[in-house]
Amino acid sequence: MAISTTHAPAGGESPGPAPRTGGTGTERRRLGALLHKLDIKGAPYAFVAPFFVIFAAFSFYPLVYTSYISLNRVELATLDVMEWVAFDNYVELWGDERFWNALANTITIGIISTVPQLLMALGIAHLLNYRMRASLFFRVASLVPYATSVGAAALVFTMIFERDFGMVNWALGSIGLDPVNWEHDKWPAQIAISTIVIWRWTGYNALLYLAAMQAIPADRYEAASLDGASRWQQFIHVTVPGIRSTIVFTIVLSTIGATQLFGEPLIFGQGPNGITGGADNQYQTLGLLLYEEGWKNYQMGRAATVAWAMFLLLILVFVVQRLIKRLRSRTS
Amino acid sequence: MKNPGLLRSKRTVAALAAAGALTLVAACGGGGESVTGGSKKDGKVTITMGLFGVMGIEETGLLERYEKENPGVDIKAEIAGDEQTYYTALQTRLAAGKGLKDIQGIEIARAKEITETQADKFADFSGMTGTDHFLPWKQSQITTSDGKVLGLGTDIGPMAVCYRKDYFEKAGLPTDREEVGKLWEGDWSKYVEVGRTFKKNFKGGKVAFTDSASGLFNAMVYGHSEQYYNEKGDLIHDKNPVVKEAWTLSSDAAEEGLTAKLRQFQPGWDPGLSNGTFATAVCPAWMLSHISEKAGDKNKGKWDVARAPKGANWGGSFLGVIEDSPVKEEAKKLVAWLTAPEQQAHIFKELGNIPSSEKALKAPDVTNAKSEYFSDAPIGQIFGAAAQEIPDKQVLGRKDGTIKDIFSQGLALVEQGTARDKAWATTMERIEKAVG
Repeated sequence: MAISTTHAPAGGESPGPAPRTGGTGTERRRLGALLHKLDIKGAPYAFVAPFFVIFAAFSFYPLVYTSYISLNRVELATLDVMEWVAFDNYVELWGDERFWNALANTITIGIISTVPQLLMALGIAHLLNYRMRASLFFRVASLVPYATSVGAAALVFTMIFERDFGMVNWALGSIGLDPVNWEHDKWPAQIAISTIVIWRWTGYNALLYLAAMQAIPADRYEAASLDGASRWQQFIHVTVPGIRSTIVFTIVLSTIGATQLFGEPLIFGQGPNGITGGADNQYQTLGLLLYEEGWKNYQMGRAATVAWAMFLLLILVFVVQRLIKRLRSRTS
Repeated sequence: MKNPGLLRSKRTVAALAAAGALTLVAACGGGGESVTGGSKKDGKVTITMGLFGVMGIEETGLLERYEKENPGVDIKAEIAGDEQTYYTALQTRLAAGKGLKDIQGIEIARAKEITETQADKFADFSGMTGTDHFLPWKQSQITTSDGKVLGLGTDIGPMAVCYRKDYFEKAGLPTDREEVGKLWEGDWSKYVEVGRTFKKNFKGGKVAFTDSASGLFNAMVYGHSEQYYNEKGDLIHDKNPVVKEAWTLSSDAAEEGLTAKLRQFQPGWDPGLSNGTFATAVCPAWMLSHISEKAGDKNKGKWDVARAPKGANWGGSFLGVIEDSPVKEEAKKLVAWLTAPEQQAHIFKELGNIPSSEKALKAPDVTNAKSEYFSDAPIGQIFGAAAQEIPDKQVLGRKDGTIKDIFSQGLALVEQGTARDKAWATTMERIEKAVG
C-alpha cells in the first residue's frame, strides 16, 4: 500500500541516503500533488494502452508489413532477401485464372452455406420459442455444434462424405442411387463443405434469433390473433419484422465468415489436395489460395497480394452497400 | 473517503499494473535463451531435436540408450507428424533465427533447397571421422557445391511392389514373389500389362489393380538420375523424356481403370487398405509399416512383396546440426552415433526403414530380415538389392517435393476423366506458378 511513498524519493530532490521514515511534510505533499496530476491525466492512457499496443503489434504492423511484402518478391526460406517488383504481383493476380476461380468459389460456397443456414436458424428459433418441455436442453443442444472445433467437425464430415466407405454414399446406395464422388465433383464438393458450415453455425444463429424473438411483446401476437391471423401470418408479419435488426446482424456476420472460409475446405480436401481446393481447384476459396501461395509455393509476396486483394474486396463490398443504402433512402 | 491515501495508492498500483502489462507485451519476443534451446551447464548437456514422421530414432528407443551410455546428456525430441508442416515451420524458424532445435531432420526433397539457401545455418560434417560408411550417392545429396556437408543420412527409400496374394490367385496370376517379380521384370509397362490381365480375369468384386496412378508415376521418375531438374539446376520437367514416359504410362493405367483413384497417405487410402480395394501398391521400404498398420491384422499374410521392375529411390532423410547451437559438437557426435551402421540396422530391424549406410546394408541383421506381416518376405534382400539398383547419381532440385505433388494432382485429374492433354497443360501451368 505504501508503494507510492517508499519509492518516491527516486524522483525527489533529496539525494544520498533517503530518509526512510519520510521527509518533511511539504515535500511529501508536493510529490503527492504531482502523482495525483499524473494519475488523473496519465492513468486513462495507461489503461487503454495495452489494447493499442497489442493492436499496433498484431494488427497495424502486420497490415503495413503485408502491404510492403506484397510489392516484393519474397520467399519464405529467405525472408530477408526481397526483390522490389512494385505492382507486378497485383497485375499478375488480376490476370490469374486461379484468383477469379477462387473468388467465384468463395461466393458460391458463401451463398450455398449462408442462405439455408439463416432460414433454418429462423425456423428453429421459432420452434424453440414455443413453450415446451426441456426447452433448456434443446437450446443448449443447438449450441453444441458451435462449440465444436472446425477441425473435428470437418474431419468427421470428410469421413461421412467419403467416396468408397462414407455414410452418405452408403445411404444413397441403400435406396438404389449411384454413389456421388463428393470430393471430386465441383457442386457436390461445394455442397458438402457448405454442410459443415451450416451444421456448425445454424444453432448459433438460431439462439440469436430466439433472444430477439423473446423481446417481442406478447400483446402484438394477441392483437394479431384477435384480427384472425394464422400462426404463419403471425410469423411473417409480427416475428420477422420484430427481429429485423438481428437478421441484418447475422447476415453481416455470416458474410464475413464466408469470405474467410478456410479450415473446412482445407480439411475436407485432405493434405496437399486440400490446399489447392481439389485436383481441379473446384472448391479452392480465397483463403486457400493465400495459403497455397504462402505455404505450398513459399511465395510470401504473392500470398500477401492475395491477402490485400481480399481486404480490398471487403472494402469494395462495404462501399457498394453504402451506395445502395443511400440510393434507396433517396428514392423512398 | 475515510482514507484517501489508500485510494490513491490503489490507483497507483493499478497504473503500475497497466504499465507492467505494457512491459510484458514489449518483452514478448525478447528472450535471452540460446537460439536452439540446447545448453551446457555444470557438466550437464541438453540437446534438442526436431524430427518428423516415423524416422525411428525415438520410436526404437535409441535416444534413451544414448542417454544411458552418456551420463549427463539429456535429449529432448519433438516429432511432427507431417513433413510438409514440419518443413514450413523449419523454414520460418530458420528465417527468424529462433525456435530451432540443435538437431533438425531434413527430408530428401528439401535437401537441395537447404544446401542452396541455408548452407550457412547448418554445421559442417565434412571430414568427421567414422562417417564414411554411407552409400556413395546419399551424402552427395546434402553436400553444397563448395563441399560443405550439412547432415548425415538416416534411411533411404528403395522401391518394391507390395501385392495381395489372394487377389492375384483369383485373377489367375502367379502368387510366388519370385514369379511375380519376373512378370514385370525390367519394364514398368509390363507392370501395367499385368494390370490389364488382372482387370480382365479378376472375378470377385470391385478391386482395382493398383491404388493410384501417382504411385506408379513416382516410381518411374525416381528411377532416373535426372528427374525434374538437370545438373545445371534448370527445370526440365516439361521436356525430360523420362517424365513424359511416366506420365503416358500412368495416364494409360488411369484411363483404363486400373487404379483405385486414391491419394496415398490421405484418409481415403487407409480404408482402401483395410478393405482391400486394390491388389498392388508400389511401395518404398518405409511404406511397409504404414500398410501393415492400416491394413490391420485381418489382412496379415495376404500381402507379399515382390521386386519392382526397376530400382528407384523415393524418400529418405538426413539429420543436420544448427551452426549456432551452443552444443554443436555434442549434437554432431549424437548425429554420427544415430546414423552409424549399428543404429541404422537396429532401426531397420524394428521398423523396416532401409539404412542409407552401405555397411549396415551388408550387416547380417539386415540381409536376413523377414517380414512376418508380408508372408515372411525377405525384405532385407529385396530392398537391399533394390538399393543397389538405385542410380548412383540423382539430381535433386529445389522444388522437387512441390512438383511431385502437382504431378500427383494432375494424374488425379486424369483418373477422374479429364483428357490427359488438358491435365498435362494444367499441370505445366501450375508448376510454372509454383516455381516462379
